[in-house]
Amino acid sequence: MTESAKLDNKDTFAEQLRQCGSYPLKAIAVNTLQMNITRKCNLACKHCHVQAGPHRTEMMSLETVSQCVKVAQHPSITTIDITGGSPEMHPDIDWLVSQMAQSGKRVLVRSNLVILLEPEYSHLIDKFAKNKIEIVGSLPDYRAQRSDRQRGNGIYDKIMEAMRLLNKAGYGRPDSGLLLDLMHNPAGAYLPGSQSALEAEYKRVLSQEHNVFFNTLFCLANCPIGRYLEYLKNSGNLDDYMQTLRKAFNPQTAQKVMCRTTVSVGWDGKLYDCDFNQVENLSVNSGSPDHIFTFNYNLLARRNIEIRDHCFACTAGSGSSCCGSLTV
Amino acid sequence: MNQPYYEQKDLDDFPNITEFAPELGEKFFDYYNTATSAGKLSEREKSLIALAVATVRHCPYCIDAFTNKCLSLGIDNDEMMEAVHVGAAMVAGDTLAHATQMRKIIKKKEM
Ligand code: SF4
Ligand code: SF4
Repeated sequence: MTESAKLDNKDTFAEQLRQCGSYPLKAIAVNTLQMNITRKCNLACKHCHVQAGPHRTEMMSLETVSQCVKVAQHPSITTIDITGGSPEMHPDIDWLVSQMAQSGKRVLVRSNLVILLEPEYSHLIDKFAKNKIEIVGSLPDYRAQRSDRQRGNGIYDKIMEAMRLLNKAGYGRPDSGLLLDLMHNPAGAYLPGSQSALEAEYKRVLSQEHNVFFNTLFCLANCPIGRYLEYLKNSGNLDDYMQTLRKAFNPQTAQKVMCRTTVSVGWDGKLYDCDFNQVENLSVNSGSPDHIFTFNYNLLARRNIEIRDHCFACTAGSGSSCCGSLTV
Repeated sequence: MNQPYYEQKDLDDFPNITEFAPELGEKFFDYYNTATSAGKLSEREKSLIALAVATVRHCPYCIDAFTNKCLSLGIDNDEMMEAVHVGAAMVAGDTLAHATQMRKIIKKKEM
């Protein structure tokens, strides 16, 4: 349980939703199937909410991966979002992206980009390009110093190198149809600023100083769970951060939170409302089957969402999701 | 009991300064919000100006609010510090410029 348990009832996320008429929070569809296929990662970033790292061993089994491919054929599911850890480190990633690409749906892979420089994984650039996979690369800040504080020394330069290779393969180039997006999340205990202002700065600095290009910037507010929660506690920022999130609650974003149209599958096939609830072990509730082998579209598409106070990260300011701000 | 005059949580009370004079308060907020949002100058430029002014004016609330805003907008620490130096240089400059009065008086009064 997070520190939020100490707060008055009126300060809870549920109460805020009640006050703006959005309680209980219900799903309206399942348009995105997010698959968290491994907790293994070549990096161990300070903010990582899934606490991924080189020593993690959790991998989605081929049987579960195949079941996800089957489920993804549902006509209402239009986006397949493959994440981890570092999804590239999953032994069946090649097969998975080819299968998903055949469905003609939007398929995106979340990458730390650095992994694509390693000889064992560099062939994936061509594989992704051939299958028109959208790549969402994580770059916490457009400046090396801040980015490296979160990801480790020298990582920023490697990301630039990987972006150069991706650009060479057509990614992030106009009219290539190959999308390279970047994910920004603050390197500290503060919220992201306006997505359009940050995107303009990212584009200016990356193109002028590094000669690399990308399509869209997605801003994500750090969710107070996992390793980031530990950082907030250890740095004495937890109360202040929670207060900042609460103050920034924007009722307009409550109806747009991503869980209303997403189901997130864990490496073991369990179903969650989102990646954050996955970390908190809050599987889907309200009578919906909670495993990919018992996936039931109709029940899941109108389930009640499991909300907790970490949800405030999704409704602060312009709102936040795996695909960026919820309002302009 | 040692209670400071300034408390961090008082920053949360800023929206309530409309109390006792709501019309004027709202006019102020309209003005404040328009003046600090992107116009011909970008949000970044305006936030750096606001940070420099907040520091010069020694306002702990505004320093808190605008340091956070600058961080959120991805403004670098050295850019923020440069902005504060502009404020500091202006204060030094206008202090020294006022020495003109002193120098004028000295020259008039001394034999
Ligand atoms: S944030 Fe991403 S790159 Fe960093 S450790 Fe976690 S999964 Fe790996
Ligand atoms: S944290 Fe998850 S469940 Fe909560 S609002 Fe955000 S997406 Fe929905």
